[in-house]
Amino acid sequence: MLIDSVGIEVSGVGFALVYGLAARAAGMSPLDVAITSALVYAGGAQFAVLGYIAAGAPWLSIVLVTALINSRHFLYGAALAPYTAHLPARLRALMAYPLSDETFALAISHFRRIGYADVPGYLLLGLGISVLPWIVASAAGAALAGSIMDPNIFGLDVIFPAAMAGLAVGLVTGRREIIAAITAVVVGVAVALAVDPAIGIIAGGVAGPIVGMLIPGPALSADVEVPAS
Amino acid sequence: MNASYVALAVLMAAATYPFRAVPMLVPQMRRLPQPALTYVRLAGPAILASLAAVSVAVRTGADGRPELYVGPEWIAVVACVAVVIWRRNLLLGLLLAAGLMALLRALGLAVI
Repeated sequence: MLIDSVGIEVSGVGFALVYGLAARAAGMSPLDVAITSALVYAGGAQFAVLGYIAAGAPWLSIVLVTALINSRHFLYGAALAPYTAHLPARLRALMAYPLSDETFALAISHFRRIGYADVPGYLLLGLGISVLPWIVASAAGAALAGSIMDPNIFGLDVIFPAAMAGLAVGLVTGRREIIAAITAVVVGVAVALAVDPAIGIIAGGVAGPIVGMLIPGPALSADVEVPAS
Repeated sequence: MNASYVALAVLMAAATYPFRAVPMLVPQMRRLPQPALTYVRLAGPAILASLAAVSVAVRTGADGRPELYVGPEWIAVVACVAVVIWRRNLLLGLLLAAGLMALLRALGLAVI
């Protein structure tokens, strides 16, 4: 999990730098950026609302957009829940904080591979390798605005979709997952084009499993092994 | 520090954290019926695939509307997926994808 995280987190740092540059242009100071990154920790949503902030849009619309974009995290929490159900509530509450696209993708692959929730590994990944670099790099991007080149020149922007696709492939173990993933791609892109990208992502993630469940196959479980405590 | 940005960040966090925490904290998630377990298992590859596809295939047009984007990024993502299938090595796939895009941009064959 930690080896796989290296490439993704390099991409995350690049994205954070770009976010910091954009946030500075929207009028936020490096400290504002650092605080926002620490409190929200949701790169896509933070980036998406910058235009609203710069335009002086009502806060209610900014909060609603944030909720809409991050509502996909509900599916992430639901998918991880069978692995974490036996853990203390406070620990689960802590584990929910760094639950992002990258953290989920790496954690679900790892948990499935080993059959239980690797809490120390998850917290190291989530807090140490994802949240902390996101805060530092986004603040650095804001502080260095105007004096650094766009990190995407190194192709860092393609790492995120490539990582999500690669991790999706890693989770495929049968026809049902393949059908669910293909359906999600088709529905996701179609709804994104017709309505909005954030809604498309959620629509694909919701519709894919429904179609996958229509495919005959053995009953799937979360493959959860609860360690003796 | 601008206090209004901090207050806005608090509200944004309040709109984000429940989506992450509620499914992990609700006790009923311990005893999901079989169809629900199957659903959440399939949700992993589905939402990651959806996220990847929308990220690479949908861009915001000049008029602010989403539009289909076909570009070299598709090749980079497919190359990564091929490496993951072939070598079971995500890091190698990501290095190839980023390297490919950096090369294409250096050659003027792709834009940011």
